Parts: sequence; structure tokens; C-alpha cells
Amino acid sequence: MGNKKKIILKLSGAVLGMYLFSFLLVPLYDVFCDITGINGKVTQTKNADSSITAEGREISIQFISHNNEGMPWEFKPSEKVSKIKTGAMYETSFYAKNTTNKMMTAVAVNSVAPSNAKDFIKKVECFCFQEGIDLMPGEEILLPIKMVVDNELPNNIKNIVLSYTIFDSNLEHNIITDHDSDHMGS
Amino acid sequence: MSTVVENHHDDHHHGPAKGLKRWFYTTNHKDIGTLYLWFSFAMFLIGGAMALVIRAELFQPGMQIVEPEFYNQMLTLHGLIMVFGAVMPAFVGLANWLVPMMIGAPDMALPRMNNLSFWILPFAFFVLLSSLFMDGGAPNFGWTFYAPLSTTYAPPSTTFFIFSVHIMGASSIMGSINVIVTIMNMRAPGITLMKMPLFVWSWLITAYLLIAVMPVLAGAVTMMLMDIHFGTSFFNAAGGGDPVLFQHIFWFFGHPEVYIMILPAFGIVSHIIETFSRKQLFGYSSMVWALLSIAILSFVVWAHHMFTVGMPLAAELFFMWATMLIAVPTGVKVFNWVATMFKGSITFEVPMLFACAFVVLFTLGGFSGLMLAIVPADFQYHDTYFVVAHFHYVLVPGAIFSIMAAVYYWIPKWTGNMYDERLGRLHFWLSFIGVNVTFFPQHFIGLAGMPRRYPDYALQFADWNMVSSVGAFLFGFSQILFLFIVLKTVMGGKKATSEVWEGARGLEWTVESPAPYHTFTVPPKIN
Repeated sequence: MGNKKKIILKLSGAVLGMYLFSFLLVPLYDVFCDITGINGKVTQTKNADSSITAEGREISIQFISHNNEGMPWEFKPSEKVSKIKTGAMYETSFYAKNTTNKMMTAVAVNSVAPSNAKDFIKKVECFCFQEGIDLMPGEEILLPIKMVVDNELPNNIKNIVLSYTIFDSNLEHNIITDHDSDHMGS
Repeated sequence: MSTVVENHHDDHHHGPAKGLKRWFYTTNHKDIGTLYLWFSFAMFLIGGAMALVIRAELFQPGMQIVEPEFYNQMLTLHGLIMVFGAVMPAFVGLANWLVPMMIGAPDMALPRMNNLSFWILPFAFFVLLSSLFMDGGAPNFGWTFYAPLSTTYAPPSTTFFIFSVHIMGASSIMGSINVIVTIMNMRAPGITLMKMPLFVWSWLITAYLLIAVMPVLAGAVTMMLMDIHFGTSFFNAAGGGDPVLFQHIFWFFGHPEVYIMILPAFGIVSHIIETFSRKQLFGYSSMVWALLSIAILSFVVWAHHMFTVGMPLAAELFFMWATMLIAVPTGVKVFNWVATMFKGSITFEVPMLFACAFVVLFTLGGFSGLMLAIVPADFQYHDTYFVVAHFHYVLVPGAIFSIMAAVYYWIPKWTGNMYDERLGRLHFWLSFIGVNVTFFPQHFIGLAGMPRRYPDYALQFADWNMVSSVGAFLFGFSQILFLFIVLKTVMGGKKATSEVWEGARGLEWTVESPAPYHTFTVPPKIN
């Protein structure tokens, strides 16, 4: 009988362990994406001095903006395309306006294409690093981006696309409106 | 079902209790096996009726019979009920009936837990099915319940779905613990691991798979629950989460799950082919090792379900090769079955007919799986009817045919009566033709580009869809005949001998037919 209890205990431990493992997959997934860089997100660089060198070749950089479904803000890049030099600090901005009549908080998520350009973009400042962007009803803002593209950027990359998606960070509100407008009606 | 009462007039607690109490309070492995089998049969018919709603709608292009929203609910419930309600409980029922008898044990190791793990199942499915009558309808996001369809955009009944999945998971986990403890602790002296019947081996491995992945499924639905009700953002990009993460967690569960639904079938078919070929199985130990390799490999192939989410090339190549590697141990098994039949003196009774159909059609489904494993090809096939054809070939003439084969093979042992051979053959041929007419054309419409899960389709797919629907109704209604055959066998028929089949191997054939309520209260002697 002792043997039986031992097996049951071990198996129950395995069940509990696998349940915890499923939650561990969440941070593991982020770490994995971070190491391999496969989700194309650029993280903040504190000191980009090492990348600021003699000006290198000219590349073109494109900015695109998306509003996530149900996000009413006006959101667009100040310049859609520009020619920049690698190795030089570059500054630009996005324009955002809260078009609703209530105070709202937004979150922006960035993405780079091609994804292997990710390691060569040193962002010193970006609104996408902020926890949340708060705007009063009708308020407008210019959101800054400050970055250097490293000279080591592979030669075959001549065009980089930086994409920003803006989300309404008030999730509760998001879910309720979705239910009300899309689902209960159908 | 009439498991016959023993004639112990002096010993009241040896026979089963009378009436309904017997079934509610029972801790007898044979009673619980019977309950599982009848429950899964009921779910098979309900899930099948839903499949017929789907096929009736797809009989012609355009919306004919149901609303698209209801179609989505049928599609979702059909998948969930067939996977968790029909196939899995049927295998657990077979394990309950057969594992103790095959290893010479008097019962399962944890009989009360056995009762509990069965009796929570009807509640799980009651909760799931009741969502059909709720505001906003039943779950409508497909059986894979991808976020954010199942979180942000889900109907309110999703919470009931989540709790029913939790209950099903608890039931499977308890069942698995029971099977493992029974096999590890209660084998008759002399039955070493490498002398266990293959069905027992296949269930031992399946039980370990269940213990490894059912908690992960529970984790996934818990995260959904928290995203829906408690403001977390596991799968919501606005809060820093990622919907692709859901797919990784789901398929980390999902791929071992598909082997959970086929490994016991491998065990069953090995026994049946051995018996009706009147030969010893060609390579027993290679079969055991193949089962083990398939189970281990099942943990490193999950992302082949999601090649199109945007993975790096290295990951796509890894998952492609790992997936193709599974064809090797599976090939070993198919080779073994064919080699066992080779030069055997084969007779084709109904169990053998189903087993032969299994070998051919499961292999066919395996090959379309190999086609889907090829990354560049998968980008074309992904989410088309080709995928539907593939997994129905491995699940219907695979898992379901093996369960039917098992019922025909062991029902004389369970009831003491032989089934009607002529009706059984009729059932086999109707099912065989029905299944192929239903699913073979789906390869064509899939390759031609028809996407899965839509209630309507473009005109060029009309002809094969009509053929497929005709096949589905043929297959569906043939199962009424199966129900009739089973009932007829339970009621009576030619008496079965203890051995039942000429040359059948295994301890279950040494006890009389029907198997007494209590078997092997004294461990058998093994030579």
C-alpha cells in the first residue's frame, strides 16, 4: 500500500507541476521571443553613443500607424517616409489626438520589418516604451521618437518599416463595448 | 447493460446492487467501464447529429437551413463533443473493462475515484450543452478556441464552456492516475512490463500523456477566464499580451492530445490482428518502443499546427523535420501489423474487418498528415478542407473504427452473447463506404482551396460537397444499426465460449463469458 500512495503522490505532483508549467510558458515565451528577436519588437537602448559614428550609407525608413479595432483616436506619423543616414541620430514624431469626450489611456506596440533589422535599431526614446499615454478629451500630442540605425546594418537592407499599433488600454471598457455592439445584437 | 449477477447466495456484497443505485454507487471496474461506453455512445450520437446539421447546410451552396451563428456553434460543439465526449471516454471505458482483466487484477487500484471520474462527466457535458440555450448562444469559436475569438469576442456562455473543460480535465486526470497505479501496482505475479498486453502498454503511455497535458489545457482555459473576467491580458495585445501565445499553449496540449486519441487504438488493433491472423504479433518489443517514441516526439511538434503565424525559418524547419520523424515509429507499427497478417490463416470476422480498414485508412490519413507537415505546402493547405479530410481520416476510420472493432471483439466477453455476424458485416460495409464517400472528396475541395469552418462556399465546390453530405448521412444513420446490434447482443444471442475467438491470447479469455462480476480475486498463475 505504501507503494501505491507514493505513485499517487508523484502523479499528483506531476499534475500540479504541469499546471504551473502552463503559466510558466507565458514568461518563457516572452524570453524566447526576446532572445531570438522573432516578434520584431525594438527595446529601449539607454546609451546609443557607440552607434553614433561617422555617417554611413543612406537608407529609407517608413512609418506606419494602425488603430486597433475600436480605438477612436487620430493617430499618424508626422512623416511617412524619410531618407536617413546610418550612424546618425534621427528624430521624428507621431501625432495623436483623443477624439472622444472622455479621458483615455492608450498603449502603443511597435514592430519592425524586416525583423533582422531589429538588432541594429537603437531607440533612445519612443512613446512605445511608455506604460500608457494619457490624453484629455480633445487633447492632441506629438509623440517623439529618437533613434540611431547602426552602421553594421546588413547591406541588403535598404528599406526599414517601423509599424506602431495603438490600443485602448482600458480593457474592461473594450470587452464590454465589444459585447454590446457586436455580439448581443447578432 | 446486463453484466450477469453471480450466484453467491451466501455473500450479499459480491453481486451488484439492484436498480439505479447499482450504477450511481458502483465501484466495480466492469460497471464503470459499461457506464463510460454507453456515455460515449450517447455523445457520439449527439455529436454526430451536429455533424449532420453541418453537412445538411453544406449540401448546397448558399444559406439553406441554419443561421451562420448557429452553424458556428454546431461546428464548435461537434468538435468538442467528439473529442472529449465520444473518443476519450470510450477509450477510458475500454481501459476500465480490459486493463484489470488483462493484467490479472481484481479491480482498478482506486475504485471510488473511478466512480467519481465517471460521474462528473455527465455534468461537464450538461453544462456544455446547456450553453446552447443561453443568451448569445453556445461557444462559436471552433474546438481550438483561439484567443481573442474565445476571449474578447466570445459569447457570454464561454465561462460555462471553461468550467466544463475544467471538469472534463479533472475526470481525465483522475482516470489516468487510476490506470497508472493499477498497471504499476496490481499486475499478477509474472507479468513483467515487457510481457504486458499491448493495449495495457498503449494505455500506460496514454495515461502519462494525459497527466502531462491536461493540466496545460486547464491552464489555458484558466488564463482565458482571467482575461475575460479579471482584467488580465495573457492573450490581449493592448495589455502587453499576445494572441499567438494562446496557440502555442493550446497546441502544446493539443498535439499530445491527438496521440491520446490514437495510441489506445494501436493497442486494440494489435490484439485483433494477432487473433484473426492466428499468429503471434510480429515484433512485440518494437511495437512498445514505437509507442514510446511517438509519445515522446508528440511534445516537440506542436507548432506544425501554426506554420502560418509568422515563425522564423529555423523554427519552421525544426517542426517540419520533427513532425516527419514521427512517420518512422508509425511506419514500424504499420509494418508490424502487415507482417503479422503475412502468411497468417486470416478470417475476416467483423472486428478484423474494422481492424484492416483501420490499418489502410489510418495510414492514408497519416500520409495526408505528412503532406501537411511540409512547410511550403502547408501554407497552401492551411485551414482548408484538406486539413478537415486529414484529421477525420485519422479520427473516424482511425480512432472510432478501432473502438467499434474493440466492441465487436470483446462484447461476447462482456455480455456472454455473440453479436449477429451478418448485421455486423452490414454495419461495417455501410460505415466503410460512408466514411470514404464523406471524407475522400474533402481532399479534393481542400486542395482546390475551399476554406474550413464556413457555412457557405463558392459554386465550384458544389459537386463534391453534395457527395460528401450524402456520405455523411449514410455513415451517420448506419450507426443506428450499430446501436441495434449492440442492444440485440446485450439481450441475447448465441452463447459465447470462454475463449470466444479461436487462438485468442490474453488473460481475459481465460475467464468465462460473460465475465463474472468479480474476476481474479486470486491472482492467476502465469507461465
